[in-house]
Amino acid sequence: MKPAPFDYLKADSLSEAAEALAEAGEDGRVIAGGQSLMPMLNMRLAKPSLLVDIMGVDELGRIAEEKDTIRIGAGVRQAKLQAWDGLSRHLPLVAAALPWVGHAQTRSRGTVCGSVAHADPSAELPLVLTALKGGIVLRARRRTRTVSASDFFLGMMATDLKPGEMIESVSFPKAAPSTGYAFREIGRRHGDFAIVACAAVVDASEARLAVGGVADRPMVRTLPLPVSGDFDDALNEFAWALNARDDLHASARYRRELVRRLGRQSLEEAARCRA
Amino acid sequence: MVQARDAEGFLGRSIPRFEDAALLTGRGRYIDDLGAPPGTLHAAIVRSPHAHAELVSIDADAARALPGVAAVLTGEEIGALTRSMVVGVKAPVECWPIARDRVRYVGEPVAMVVATDRYVAEDAADLVDVRYRTLPAVVDVRAAVEPDAPVLHDGLGGNVISERSFRYGDPEAAFSEAPHTIGIDVTYPRNACTPIETYGVVAEYDPGEGTYDVLANFQGPFSIHAVVARSLGVAGNKLRLHTPRDSGGSFGIKQGVFPYMILVAAAARATGRPVKWVEDRLEHLTASVSATNRATRIEAAVEDDGTITALSWDQIEDCGAHLRAPEPATLYRMHGNMTGAYAIRNVAIHNRVVLTNKTPTGLNRGFGGPQVYFALERLVFEIARTLKLDPLDVIRRNLVPSGAFPYKTATGALLDSGDYPAALEVAVADGGLTELIARRDAARAEGRIYGIGMAAVVEPSVSNMGYITTVLTAEERARAGPKNGAQAVATIGLDPLGGVSVKVASVPQGQGHRTVLAQIVADELGLDPAAIRVTADVDTARDAWSIASGNYSSRFAPAVAGATKLAVDRLKEKLKRVAASQLNVQPDDVTFKGGKLVAKANPENAISFSRVAAASHWAPATLADGVDHTIQETVFWTPDELVAPTADDEVNSSLCHGFIFDYCGVEIDRDTGEVRIDRYVTMHDCGRILHPAMVDGQVTGGFVQALGAALYEEYAYAEDGSFLSGTLADYLIPTTMEVPDPVILHFESPSPFTPLGAKGVGEGNCMSTPVCIANAVADALGISDVTLPLTPSKISEHLYAPEPEPKEQPKPVADEGGRKLRGEGEAVVAAPRQKIWDMLLDPETLKAVVPGAHSVEKVSDTLFRADVTLGVGPVKGRYRAEIELSDLDPPEAVTLSGGAEGGLGFGRGTGRVTLTERGPNETLVAYTYEAEIGGKVASVGGRLLDGAARVVIGQFFQALARQAGGGGSGGGVMSRLKSLIGGGK
Repeated sequence: MKPAPFDYLKADSLSEAAEALAEAGEDGRVIAGGQSLMPMLNMRLAKPSLLVDIMGVDELGRIAEEKDTIRIGAGVRQAKLQAWDGLSRHLPLVAAALPWVGHAQTRSRGTVCGSVAHADPSAELPLVLTALKGGIVLRARRRTRTVSASDFFLGMMATDLKPGEMIESVSFPKAAPSTGYAFREIGRRHGDFAIVACAAVVDASEARLAVGGVADRPMVRTLPLPVSGDFDDALNEFAWALNARDDLHASARYRRELVRRLGRQSLEEAARCRA
Repeated sequence: MVQARDAEGFLGRSIPRFEDAALLTGRGRYIDDLGAPPGTLHAAIVRSPHAHAELVSIDADAARALPGVAAVLTGEEIGALTRSMVVGVKAPVECWPIARDRVRYVGEPVAMVVATDRYVAEDAADLVDVRYRTLPAVVDVRAAVEPDAPVLHDGLGGNVISERSFRYGDPEAAFSEAPHTIGIDVTYPRNACTPIETYGVVAEYDPGEGTYDVLANFQGPFSIHAVVARSLGVAGNKLRLHTPRDSGGSFGIKQGVFPYMILVAAAARATGRPVKWVEDRLEHLTASVSATNRATRIEAAVEDDGTITALSWDQIEDCGAHLRAPEPATLYRMHGNMTGAYAIRNVAIHNRVVLTNKTPTGLNRGFGGPQVYFALERLVFEIARTLKLDPLDVIRRNLVPSGAFPYKTATGALLDSGDYPAALEVAVADGGLTELIARRDAARAEGRIYGIGMAAVVEPSVSNMGYITTVLTAEERARAGPKNGAQAVATIGLDPLGGVSVKVASVPQGQGHRTVLAQIVADELGLDPAAIRVTADVDTARDAWSIASGNYSSRFAPAVAGATKLAVDRLKEKLKRVAASQLNVQPDDVTFKGGKLVAKANPENAISFSRVAAASHWAPATLADGVDHTIQETVFWTPDELVAPTADDEVNSSLCHGFIFDYCGVEIDRDTGEVRIDRYVTMHDCGRILHPAMVDGQVTGGFVQALGAALYEEYAYAEDGSFLSGTLADYLIPTTMEVPDPVILHFESPSPFTPLGAKGVGEGNCMSTPVCIANAVADALGISDVTLPLTPSKISEHLYAPEPEPKEQPKPVADEGGRKLRGEGEAVVAAPRQKIWDMLLDPETLKAVVPGAHSVEKVSDTLFRADVTLGVGPVKGRYRAEIELSDLDPPEAVTLSGGAEGGLGFGRGTGRVTLTERGPNETLVAYTYEAEIGGKVASVGGRLLDGAARVVIGQFFQALARQAGGGGSGGGVMSRLKSLIGGGK
């Protein structure tokens, strides 16, 4: 369990990191907290020729409050966000989800953007980013582009990130007034990959449910409010549409049941929070 | 600092452990911390991704050419330096530590790379090109005994390597006379008490003397030393085996390091350099050892009142791909205890030991007990259910009665001491069973799902080294000569300054040897325990040891601590005589108190301990008459009760027998199927308690691992033998978040057979807890078919009403329960149908569209070979692929089937592609596929494979569309394609 040889660059600036990654193209990877990439390197599942360490880049280590969003730089560790004093006020859904992201030990190293870049279908941060209709800022050399979460996650560990690009930041919309949020998750043990995770957002006009751990990426759907008569059918359709599969830890049926149960519970909780 | 007390001793008190300061401050000395000799090379092992395959070829030229590589050793080279390992039954099989011509389990070593460091060794391991011809695999133990099952070892003709039937009393009569025959079929899964420290070996070969020096975190039994020496082809005295001071956990598993001792030792000989190998986590989970899985049919002849008059066992034991020493010990360790805690005189047993395409098994905490008690105590629960009796009453009615000890069981065990009915009643009262039943009733009244389970268990300890020979017939045993006993050894020595050292041939894994032995010796010699130095690692070149040495079968407290007591007693008698001559009293009038030897009658008449202790070094002429020396005493102790199996196959398989009675209340979440343990009570009679906190630590530790077996842990295999739990995210060990504190109760019945009256205690909960929880879940759900681990998903099958069907979408095709990845998708391609058809059959196009193809070779019109890099996200690997076209229906449909194999694993699959004309320049490409993936990716990323397959197959059609449609169709079509393909369906 030793990685294949690679070059390592500790970048001092964003431009240096972006330049090196653009140069390396397909063979370069950002290393930030290393909580997903290091095991993959050690198991030789991934053999990039260049790792660009961005944790020394000050400008990527910031949590910035903007007009309608909170922007989180690529170097912000999950523990830092969890400890940020504006979290529960501006990002109550993220605050609810963060304790479910791995363990305190992994959060103290892992970054928010690293989890987004890794795009594990069970991961909580991509799920809440999708539920909140957040965005991802991608940089290739000096050019940046912003992609919505719903367009960014393409499948199992597959994203719209192009060779040579890096995530510069992600932005979460701030909590809106009269909006309720809730997060629920079932895993085998505390800190395990979610069997089903649900993020719910309910405002005056709609109820939005995002589900992780079932499809090959976070999936989101607008549903009637839980009090409405057609809610159960709509949720059931969503549960089936996720194309659940049997695996070592849970059957497809079990996952669908949890989507129906946790989905309802989380939307009801979000609706209560709104009120 | 603990002060020596005169009034009472240290033994029996929970003094702070001498081990802890080093362990808690990161100063433990584990194998990987010990310096390796200068010039040590490092090994990495190439392992089979296949469960069953012929080894066609191994091309190691590229690996050998890598700078820093000293050697690449295959089965051929290792075979030339070693001999097949001894197998415990008479059977025409060989047992090598590395594959020779065939691989029989995922993870079986195929080649060993030795290089200047582990990084280079792993780089080179990636370059070893192994070609396999896969064979059908058999994984299920019941399937393995069927006549049409794939056979692992041709010489055997089948997969049953040992079959024996036993009969005690008159089971046939008992069954025909009893009003009820009640039976169940149970399956015990594969699991292991996974240590966090993995295997490690450092080996050297001295060509001058022809000797091997092996440092390994081996735990015993040291009977294995003989197996290793014979395999290395040297006399026992030419194999020095020694162990590190500290262990990062073993639980039996470290016994299984021995094949690697042989491999690493052979590598040291081949390279002329010391070689070090430390197993990584994936290697450990895949290919160390585990407990056996077992399929059991058990039946009881039962009276109306629940009295069991006979048992009939049919056990099929799965020992994996090779029968490695000391297997089939897991099956026979319990042979004397097949009636558990019950007085049942008539027993029939049919045992089959079976080989399957799984990792070979070995020692594991509980060793055979979990498998036996899961069947027996589930049966007792079923008897109660069937006859509508209280399970507690069925247990009470059948327990070995008070006053019957020592009690000889039907199958030959001599239960040394106890009062099972009394201990049970104490547990019922002190553990609050009545209150627990009230909680169950209240919960049920509220509509909650709550159940109570129980288990009564006899916990054997101090294995009889002869029990394994029960696998042989009496005639075979007579020919081979008797085997029996359980030699324990302890040495106590005095240094020239009067310091006391104790040396035992054991290998601690957290049992607190240093503390407990210091307590024993301090009490006898009137010293502070902190003054006693205890060494408990083993060095076969320098220490007194025997085949039973080591730390297993819970033998520390009863046997090793007992031998230490005898050693200190012997020394004490001599010291008394030395002191008596100087104090002018009789030896019996001398006592040891506060660092002095004192005349009982006159405490003023005393001499310091260190002065008496040093006398043998400095002034031997002053020793009393008849005292030769007081420098060192070594005691070997083996109990008389451990005799060889009798001609009637009765065997006293263990010396000591603790008693455990457990009960628990569990609640099941109606929504999620999660099991919450409301209360767990565990009563232990482990004889005399030497250190109460450590006894409770052993109980708690066993309980945690048993909870893992009950609810979380399974070494899972796919039908093709692929190993699916290669990370600790898939092999789920309970953490502190998942573990409730059990209520631990004690009842002390000292063993008459051990020097201190102590019995083993470390393994009992691994035997009692899984079935206790299973019984509680069975009670909660009202079911009789319970299979571990009790995952929420499995439990949920009993909870939910019929599932609402989808209305707006087709219901997915039901998964057959296999591991096949299935999917379908479609893409609209801006090209005529014929053009796409032609492309599918053209190697140049295929090269362009097969994701990551480096080359595509057309072998025939319908067979292509390709060299491809496939991957998802950052996970990429290079594969050799073969694609065959069949069922051609030009230009409408074709079936593609094939496989790919590379460093990360292998895949096989078939896909059907259909082309439908949508317009003159528009074709709908639709596909369905079915794939299976094995090897490393399946072991570490099982939950991600489905999505990954979808991505890779999507890449193929994306590329096809790109190639066919070119750039002309514009971005709109491409993004539409992407959304169609990327999502699959």
